[in-house]
Amino acid sequence: MVVLAHQAPSVAQRCKDAGAVAAIALLLGIPMLGLTTVDQGGSLLVATRWPTLAIFVALCFAGRLLARYAIDALQARARRRPAATLLRPGARHQLSLWLGWGCFGVALALPFVFSDNRYIVDTATTVLIYVMLGWGLNVVVGLAGLLDLGYVAFYAVGAYAYAVLSTQFGWGFWQALPVAGGLAASFGLLLGWPTLRLRGDYLAIVTLGFGEIVRIILVNWTALSGGPNGIASIPRPSFFGLPFKPGDDSATFAGFFGLDFSPLHRLIFLYYLILALAMLTNLFVSRLRRLPIGRAWEAMREDEIACKAMGMNVTNVKLSAFAIGAMLGGLAGVFFAARQGFISPESFTFNESAIILAIVVLGGMGSQLGVVLASLVLVLLPELGRDFAEYRMLLFGTAMILIMIWRPGGILSQRQPTLRHRAEAGAAP
Amino acid sequence: MSAADNAPLLRVENLCMRFGGLTAIDDLSLDVQAGQITAVIGPNGAGKTTFFNCLTGFYRPTSGRVRLNHPQRGELHLEALDSHQVASRAQVVRTFQNVRLFPKMTVLENLIVAQHNRLQRASFFSLAGLLGLPGYRRTEQAAIEIAVDRLTRLNLIDRADAVAGDLPYGMQRRIEIARALCVDPLLLCLDEPAAGLNPRESAELNELLQSLVQGEGLAILLIEHDMSVVMNISDHICVLNYGCKIAEGSPLQIQNDPQVIKAYLGEDDEDDDDFDGVEPALATESES
Amino acid sequence: MALALQQLINGLTLGAVYGLIAIGYTMVYGIIGMINFAHGDIYMVSAFISVTAFTLLAALGVSSVPLALVTVLLVSVLFTSVYGWAVERTAYRPLRGSTRLAPLISAIGMSIFLQNMVQLTQGARVKPIPPVLVGGFDLLTVDGFTVHLAYSQLLIVVVTVFLMAAFTYLLSQTSFGRQQRACEQDRLMTSLLGINVDRTISLTFMLGAMLAAVAGVLVTVYYGVVDFYIGFVVGIKAFTAAVLGGIGSFPGAMLGGVLIGLIEAFWSAYLAPEYKDVATFAILILVLMFRPSGLLGRPEVEKV
Repeated sequence: MVVLAHQAPSVAQRCKDAGAVAAIALLLGIPMLGLTTVDQGGSLLVATRWPTLAIFVALCFAGRLLARYAIDALQARARRRPAATLLRPGARHQLSLWLGWGCFGVALALPFVFSDNRYIVDTATTVLIYVMLGWGLNVVVGLAGLLDLGYVAFYAVGAYAYAVLSTQFGWGFWQALPVAGGLAASFGLLLGWPTLRLRGDYLAIVTLGFGEIVRIILVNWTALSGGPNGIASIPRPSFFGLPFKPGDDSATFAGFFGLDFSPLHRLIFLYYLILALAMLTNLFVSRLRRLPIGRAWEAMREDEIACKAMGMNVTNVKLSAFAIGAMLGGLAGVFFAARQGFISPESFTFNESAIILAIVVLGGMGSQLGVVLASLVLVLLPELGRDFAEYRMLLFGTAMILIMIWRPGGILSQRQPTLRHRAEAGAAP
Repeated sequence: MSAADNAPLLRVENLCMRFGGLTAIDDLSLDVQAGQITAVIGPNGAGKTTFFNCLTGFYRPTSGRVRLNHPQRGELHLEALDSHQVASRAQVVRTFQNVRLFPKMTVLENLIVAQHNRLQRASFFSLAGLLGLPGYRRTEQAAIEIAVDRLTRLNLIDRADAVAGDLPYGMQRRIEIARALCVDPLLLCLDEPAAGLNPRESAELNELLQSLVQGEGLAILLIEHDMSVVMNISDHICVLNYGCKIAEGSPLQIQNDPQVIKAYLGEDDEDDDDFDGVEPALATESES
Repeated sequence: MALALQQLINGLTLGAVYGLIAIGYTMVYGIIGMINFAHGDIYMVSAFISVTAFTLLAALGVSSVPLALVTVLLVSVLFTSVYGWAVERTAYRPLRGSTRLAPLISAIGMSIFLQNMVQLTQGARVKPIPPVLVGGFDLLTVDGFTVHLAYSQLLIVVVTVFLMAAFTYLLSQTSFGRQQRACEQDRLMTSLLGINVDRTISLTFMLGAMLAAVAGVLVTVYYGVVDFYIGFVVGIKAFTAAVLGGIGSFPGAMLGGVLIGLIEAFWSAYLAPEYKDVATFAILILVLMFRPSGLLGRPEVEKV
C-alpha cells in the first residue's frame, strides 16, 4: 500500500493495491448489495443481487486503479511545477465577483424570461430559500466555526411563529416577519447560553439534540402546532395590502394594476420576495463580516484562546453568531410558511438540517457565492429525475467527506481580507 | 500618590496550583514593578507557563492571591477574573509559548481584532457599523493607525497585508507581540518571546522591550530560556524549580546563586560528571 | 411496585444496549478525541445484517435457536467490523491533523452516507422478522400485574455482562489494551516507541463496531423490527450515555447506558412517553453544562 515518493509503482503493485480495495468492497458489499430482504406476503425472503455486487466490486477495482494513476500523475506534475495555480488570488476574487453579479442578474430577469412557466419560478423560489438558509448557517458554521446540526429548529420556529400568529391572531406577513425573526433569535440565545461554553464537538451533538427536541414538541403539542397534521391554510402574503385573488376592483393586485388575474402573479411576487430577503441577508452578512463582530467571529474560529487573551468575551461573540444565524433561519421559515400555506413537523427533520449544512460545506465555508452554487446543485439534482432524487443525499454525504479530505475550506474558499493597509480604495463593495 | 508609586503593579501572594496530585506551583510570591522587566526562569517543567496561566485567568489557582494595582480601577483580584477580563479590565496581556495568531487573517486584521472591545463599543453592537456612521468610521480609522504604529515599531509594516499564517516563525512571534501591544497593556506577559529568533532579531527584541519599559512605563513579565535576553535586559529575576521559587534578585545575584546553578546543572556530585565541563553554565548559555 | 420492577427490567435491558453502543463512542473519543457521528449508523447496519442473516438461516431450515443466534452474532460482528474499519480508513484517517471542524463534518457526511446507502440497498420500509426467542419467566404477580422477564431480555443482559468482562480483560491485561491506552495518552510518543498507531486506531474502531454489532443483533432479537433510521436516535442516546458516564471512561459508558435506559423506562411508564427522547436530550444538555466530565470521567484541563 505504501507508495514511495518519486518512484512510480509497478503495474503489479498497482493491481495488488486495487485488488485489496476490491476485496474490502466485496466484504462491504455482500451484506448490503449482494443480499437483501424483500417483503413477500407479510414475511421476509432473502433476495440476491450478485451481478450488481460484481459490477460494484469491478468498479471499485477500476476506480482505485485509475484514481491512483491520476493522483500519481498530479503529484508528479506538482513536483515539476511547484507553485502553479490556475488564477492569481486577486483574479479569482474578481471572477467570483463577476459571477456573483451575473447570478444576481439572472435571478432578477428569470421571472420575465419564464413568466408563463410556473414550474421554473417555483423551483427557483425553492433554490432561493436554501440560499438564504445557507447564508444564515454560514454565519454560524463558516464564519464563527461552530458546528450547528440543529439549524432547522430555528427555521421551524420562524415558520410556526408565522403560522400561529397569522391563523390564530390574524397577523399579516410583514407584522409577523420581525417578530418571528426575533423569536428565532431568542431561541438561538436560549440554546446558546448554556451550551456555547462546550467544546466544538459537544456543541454539535447538543444542537442535534435541540433540533430533535423542537421537532418532538411540535409533533406532540397539538394545541399549539396541530401535532403531526400541522397547520393548514396559512394566509399568503399580500402585495402591500393588495391580495392576489381574482376580481376587478382596485382592492386586488390584478385589479389595482389593471392586469388580468393570473395565479402566476403571486408566484412571481413570492419569488421576488425571497430574492429580496436573500439579498438583504447577503448584504447584512457581508457587512457584518467587515465589522468588529464579524472579525471576532473569524478570529474565534481561528483561535479561541488567543481571542480570550485579547480580552474578547468569547461567549458573547458565539452567542451573537448563534442568534444572528437563528434569526436569519427564522426569517426564511416565515417565508416558507407563507409560501406553502401549510406546514407540519415533516418539513423540519434532521435531514433538512443536514441538507443546509451540506450546502454550506460544499459551497465552501464562509463563501457566499459557493452557497448559491451548492443550493442550485442540490435543488436541481433531484429535478433531473427520480434516480437523482434517490441518490441525492448519498451523493451529498460522499461529497462532504471528499471535500473535507481534499479542500477542508470548501471548493470556493478564497478568504478576502476585511481591510487592507495599502490600496484601501480597492476594497470590494 | 507617592505611596501608590512605591506599591508594586502586581503582587502575587502564596500562589498554589495543583493538578490532582501534582503541585505545579507551590507557594509562589512575587512582586512586579511598573517600568521594570521581571524575568521568570527555570528548567523545563518548572511551572513557568502554568504561572502565566494562573495570572491571566486561564487556570483558576488552587489558592493564593494575585492583586493588580490598577491606576484607574484600583486593586483588582486577577485570580477571580476570567481570562478575557484579565486582558480587558486589568490590562494584563500575554503571548503564548507556541505562537497563537489568527493564521488565516492578515497581520493587520490580527491587530484590529486585538482592539475588539473598543471597536465593538464604537460600532454600538454593530448598529452604528451597519449604518456606517461617522463616529464608528473614525474609531476604526484610529484603530488602524494604532495597528500601523505597532507594526512600524516591530518592523512588520511591509507585511501588514500578508496572511499571518504564511509568515516565518520569527516574524509570527513579533506579530504576536505587536498584537498584544494593541490591547493597550499595563503589564505584558511574554512567554518565550525570543524562541526561534535569530541573534539579530533577538537583539532587536531586547531594544524594543527596553524602550517599552523605559519610554512608556509598561511592566513586562518574561519567561525566557535565552540567557542573553534575560541577563541583558531584566531588572529582576525570579527562578522557579519544581513550582517553588528558589531564588530572586538582580541578574548578577542570580548568576552567582548556588541554588540556581544546582537547579540548572543538577546535584554537584559524582553522578553528574557529564556536566563538569560546563561548570559556568549560565555564562555558557548566555553566549549561545 | 410491580410496575416499577417491570420498568427496572426493561430499563436495564435497554440500558445494556445503550451501554454497548456507548463504549464505541467512548473508545473512539478516548483515542482520537472526536465524536464518531457515524457510530449509530454502524449499529443500524449491523441490525440490517442480522435481519438478512436470520431470514437466510430460516430459509435454510436452521431451527435451533442457539445455533441461529451464535451464527448471526458471528456473521454480523464480522461484517460490521469491516464497516467500522472502512469508516475510519476513508473518512477519518485522511483528516488526522486537519482543522477542528473537518473530521466532524466528515463524520456527519459518513452518517448521511450510511443511512442513505442502507435505505437504497435495503429499502426504506420497516423490516419485521418473526420472533426468534419467545417466552420468558413470570416473576411475580401483584394486583393482577405480572412482572415478566423475557428470554431475550435475559440474553441481552447476560451477553452484555460477558462482553464487559471480556473487554475489561482486553483493555487492562493484554498488549493491545496497553497500546490502546498508550495511544490515548500520547499518540506521537506511542508511535516513537514503535507501536503502529494507525493499526491501533483501526482496531479500536473495529472493536467499537463489534460491540455495536452485538447491540444490533440483540435489538433485532428483542424488538423484531429494524429500519434505516434507528441509528440516529439510538446513536444520540448512546452518546448521551457516554457523556453521562464520563466520555473516555469504559465503565462510565456502561453506567451511563444503564442510567439512560432506566430513566427512559421510568419516564415512559410514569410521565409522558411521547417526550422520552426530550428527557434524554435534556439530560445530555444538563450534564454537559454542569458536569462535562461526567460521573466517572476525569476533568479535562484546557491546554493553553
